[in-house]
Amino acid sequence: MAQLTYLEAIRQGIWEEMERDPSVFLLGEDIGVYGGAFKVTAGMLEQFGEDRVVDTPISESAIVGAAIGAALMGMRPVAEMQFMDFISCGFDQIVNMAAKIHYRWGAAVPMVIRGPAGAGVHGGPFHSQSNEMWFVHVPGLKVVAPSTAYDAKGLIKASIRDNNPVIFYEHKYLYRRTKEDVPAQDFVVPLGKAAVRREGSDIALITYGAMVWTALEAAESLAKEGISLEVVDLRTLLPYDEQCVLSSVRKCSKVILLHEDTRIGGLAGELAAVIAEKAFEDLDGPIVRVTAPDTPVPFSPPLEEFFLPNVQKIADAARQLAAY
Amino acid sequence: MAQAPSTKSHTKAPVPGAQTLERMLYYLKLTREAEARIEQVLYRQGKIVGGVYVGRGQEAIGVGSAIQLFDGDVVLPSHRDFSSFLIRGFSLREIFCNWMARSNGPCHGRDNTLHIGDMSRGVIPIISHLGDTCPVACGVGMVLKWRKRGNVALVHFGEGTSSRGDVHEAMNMAAVMKLPIIFICNNNSYAYSTPTEKQYAVKDLAVRGAAYGMPGVKVDGNDVLAVYSTVEKALRRARSGDGPSFIECKTFRMTGHSAHDAAEYVPRELFAKWKKKDPILRLEKLLLAKKVLNKKQVDDVDADVKKQVDDAVAFAEASPFPEGADTLEGVYCDDGCWWKNTPVE
Repeated sequence: MAQLTYLEAIRQGIWEEMERDPSVFLLGEDIGVYGGAFKVTAGMLEQFGEDRVVDTPISESAIVGAAIGAALMGMRPVAEMQFMDFISCGFDQIVNMAAKIHYRWGAAVPMVIRGPAGAGVHGGPFHSQSNEMWFVHVPGLKVVAPSTAYDAKGLIKASIRDNNPVIFYEHKYLYRRTKEDVPAQDFVVPLGKAAVRREGSDIALITYGAMVWTALEAAESLAKEGISLEVVDLRTLLPYDEQCVLSSVRKCSKVILLHEDTRIGGLAGELAAVIAEKAFEDLDGPIVRVTAPDTPVPFSPPLEEFFLPNVQKIADAARQLAAY
Repeated sequence: MAQAPSTKSHTKAPVPGAQTLERMLYYLKLTREAEARIEQVLYRQGKIVGGVYVGRGQEAIGVGSAIQLFDGDVVLPSHRDFSSFLIRGFSLREIFCNWMARSNGPCHGRDNTLHIGDMSRGVIPIISHLGDTCPVACGVGMVLKWRKRGNVALVHFGEGTSSRGDVHEAMNMAAVMKLPIIFICNNNSYAYSTPTEKQYAVKDLAVRGAAYGMPGVKVDGNDVLAVYSTVEKALRRARSGDGPSFIECKTFRMTGHSAHDAAEYVPRELFAKWKKKDPILRLEKLLLAKKVLNKKQVDDVDADVKKQVDDAVAFAEASPFPEGADTLEGVYCDDGCWWKNTPVE
């Protein structure tokens, strides 16, 4: 089994799907000769040709719209947003066209929109956003956010095979920092299923994306103080694995909801409501959120450090909750 | 290299054969009768809820273009291209069920008006964010180009929609990739209440073709034969791999924007002027003069379309509404799409 980075795992997953299914093709800006801004599609033009690795003009709405049209024609397009921040320029096509076609007139729209999101690399307000909640609110879309290399490969393959429009959030901080053994053979990680990354008994910590690693680090540190955190990685944000969330909450009786996204309208708010509705009797303390503040993502290192949740912030919240 | 654009009007229309001419008249009249029933009867009776948008006066554009499409071609009509749906094989019964929100309409009550699509018939409908179908046409065009069967995508939009970024992104992408797409602008002179002089600052939108590197042509949109021949040239170009074209069809919306709009912002004399250019009367007169049809045959067409609309209305009225809880079905296409999935092969 080869050690792959998160980025290589995504690349390998796409590559295998391209080999497996001739209806899979790629489109986006600078993805061909250049191989993509982060090199996720490196070598694919040479391997699969220009009909399957399509360089486009800088036109996110046209990229998404073209993916929709091709999907309606029976293809499985995988569209790259150079940065997920730029998905706003294709927003209308995603939420009004792609998400509603099947509901309105029954056709399948099997397509993936993928790209790098998230902060931690000093990208500033337009290269660092966690804008997944723009899409989690839209019925008809699926939203995926892997945290590990294994999941990144398994989830991109499942997303490409899915018959619905899938928005696939790759955390750019993890691209080259996360590495693990990933099987070379075919496998998928099913959409809609969360994973318990660390078993615990005192506090259920529910998170996703790069924050999974921050949470695990915090859990390791808190274990030394006798506080046992259970870390749940959602993996798919829409539809999310409500059963896994509730069973972890019921097991631990206390819960921290953690994300890098800003607070108002973030996934933590939704999960808090579901937990309050369905597991209120099982709670022994208040539902706690650890999130970014409601500001744009700042550029300067001290500002960005202040903005992002970290081990310290999680540990502080966990200690308070444990003592409640 | 891009062709030199032409903004000249195509006046020398080749006359199609008698059979095609008869079909044109039939679809023009069927469209007019069906839309009149929707706008002037069913809506006023409260039997159609929601917005009602019709294409009275501009029927020749849909007919003159869609009538020459082949199997495997894909049309993305606008909300005033009723005839495109009929020509591509939708029955009046289906269409009226959709307008009247019945469960056996193609949208099962989830969407209204002409938001009706079916890939097996090569129709992708608009959404209310007009212009969004232009980028979608690019994806269709890409696949048609790869399949090398000489098929085309034909996408309609209005002159108001032509101000939207999606139209520009799509025309640029189509030209760069030499996609087999015909962009047809149904320029009916008013976007809701906005006249053309407040919509764009060029005399003819046709010049925009050149800006993207594709032919841009204007045509009398009330002359079905002119539309036919202009579209035919563009289709030939697209089918032979030479890329997209832009056609501006000059016409006039002989109604308000929708059934509730009395169009008081439109000078009355414009209606009188354009009434004289009515596309149906023009074709009917021509067919009588050329003895393609006699008066009795024209009367028979009138009686036939009326009968068909009567039947469709009766069928729709007898059809059930969907159940409220049906709303929960089919958000996702999991475990097989829940009602159909028929991509054009």
